[in-house]
Amino acid sequence: MMPTLTLLNKKQRALIVTILAIVFLMIVIVIGVVLDKESVSTNLEHRNASPTFEHPFGTDWLGRDMFSRTFIGLSLSIGVGLIGALGSTLIATILGVISATMGKTADRIVSWLIDLFLSVPHLVTLILIAFTFGGGFKGIVIGIALTHWPSLARIIRAEVMQIRSAEFVQVSKKMGKSSWWIATKHIFPHILPQILVGFMLLFPHAILHEAAVTFLGLGLSPHEPAIGIILSESMKYLSAGMWWLAFFPGLCLLFIVRTFDMLGENIRILMDANIDYK
Amino acid sequence: MATLLVAICFISFLLIKNSPIDPIQAYIGADMLNVGSEQREKIAEYWGLNEPIMVQFFNWGSTLLAGDMGTSMIYRQPVSEVIGERFVHSVVLMLTAWILSGVIGFTMGVVAAMKRDTWIDRSIKWYCYMLASTPTFWMGLLVLSVFAVWLGWFPIGLGVPAGVLAEDVTMVDQLKHLILPAMTLSIVGVGNVALHTRQKLIDVLDSEYMLFARARGERGFILFWRHGLRNIVIPALTLQFAAFSELFGGVVLTEQVFSYPGLGQATVEAGLRGDVPLLLGLVLFSTMFVFVGNLIADLIYRLLDPRMREGRSK
Repeated sequence: MMPTLTLLNKKQRALIVTILAIVFLMIVIVIGVVLDKESVSTNLEHRNASPTFEHPFGTDWLGRDMFSRTFIGLSLSIGVGLIGALGSTLIATILGVISATMGKTADRIVSWLIDLFLSVPHLVTLILIAFTFGGGFKGIVIGIALTHWPSLARIIRAEVMQIRSAEFVQVSKKMGKSSWWIATKHIFPHILPQILVGFMLLFPHAILHEAAVTFLGLGLSPHEPAIGIILSESMKYLSAGMWWLAFFPGLCLLFIVRTFDMLGENIRILMDANIDYK
Repeated sequence: MATLLVAICFISFLLIKNSPIDPIQAYIGADMLNVGSEQREKIAEYWGLNEPIMVQFFNWGSTLLAGDMGTSMIYRQPVSEVIGERFVHSVVLMLTAWILSGVIGFTMGVVAAMKRDTWIDRSIKWYCYMLASTPTFWMGLLVLSVFAVWLGWFPIGLGVPAGVLAEDVTMVDQLKHLILPAMTLSIVGVGNVALHTRQKLIDVLDSEYMLFARARGERGFILFWRHGLRNIVIPALTLQFAAFSELFGGVVLTEQVFSYPGLGQATVEAGLRGDVPLLLGLVLFSTMFVFVGNLIADLIYRLLDPRMREGRSK
């Protein structure tokens, strides 16, 4: 181990990484929002330029600055991922709690639903749902929300089951507390960290699937500078040797996704009471 | 499983029927202006589109049970033929990628676990975590621009050379077109298996019989071969078979990048151009595919694991 790392314990390290990750993501979003739309307008004098200081990511065949397009696309992707992951987490929480508390029949129905959604490949389901809504923002958000919940629902179900049989909940029940009181005061605080971490870990998947479906042409409309659109457009120009059109936007997407992944992992470490301050 | 299949048929049918994409318009395409309302109705009647949804569903369902999946609108061929034809292309791709990523991933996991906490382990771990965040299609684009455009070693896309008659296509040509997509899929596919195998082997290495084996003087490869391998092969195999769902998703994306004429490309085409029978057929087919994967994983577990075998005979 490096000496700098041993100065801090595991939780402190996790906290620092979390803060850094959040700052990084904020910067990306702010850049995406603040960037003036002027730079993505067509500029036929600077067509097909390879990366320079003026255009760090180069320009495309219409002279649009790829740096600006990439960052606008990234904030768009984060937005879609956010709504999709939120919806998915909501579904997972509701179904998870229902299956754990409402008896055998409800449990069987929910597990059947989980099996149903796991038995078709995610991407095929997404294509199907995007097809149903005719593509566009709505289709993709609903698609992501509907496809990503099963694994989290399973976790929440197991968690609720475990807490329900815990002694302090049993005692609480014997002392005459209402089931609403137990649900809000005992069970909910326990599963909240799970939900939060689950949400953070859904995020990267949501963004990746959004980009994938958009790339296939079934997602966001071609007029929006989403990363998927940028990459699928770049395909036509790859054979002409314009590698920067695909390389930088994809790399940025990779960084964003990885950051979210790390954020989720580290929040888990921060919230896990079983990891001590070693 | 039977209820699941029926439900999937029904749900996907409903979903597709509610799509704003008009199948007649999708079928006719740009000539829409030349088609009068009477002709339109005739087409609707021909495809059976003017009947209530439930009737349509039962029509489709009953022919499906008889083994007829309908006729694809864009390829003008029976759906089962389109799928069969495409599947041959895809299965070669999937199989190659599946075996490659399995073997490479497994080896990486083993190496990482045996050299735990060294730089090899750390770089393998780092690589796998990065892979988990890499978009498959972007990896495809990178591979494409490096090997096909920059180095020019391989053809840029398609399953066979362009402008060559079907009977003139040789095995070598097909192989050449296969390498890049298969490589992309394998690169992206190794992460999961490698991390899983690494964790399992580390657990095994921490066990007491390993300590004893070490005390007897066994080390390195012999140690792994005698005591490690048996314990980690089965979980890795199961994982690979259970990953059929992700494999299919990866194939869809990779085939799109490389314009490889397989199932994935057909799925995208069907979705984009509103080919209802083909899309339905593909949804069902991919479900069966995933189901078979899970089933094999289950069977292998029972077949290979001696504990399970004994448990059953008792």
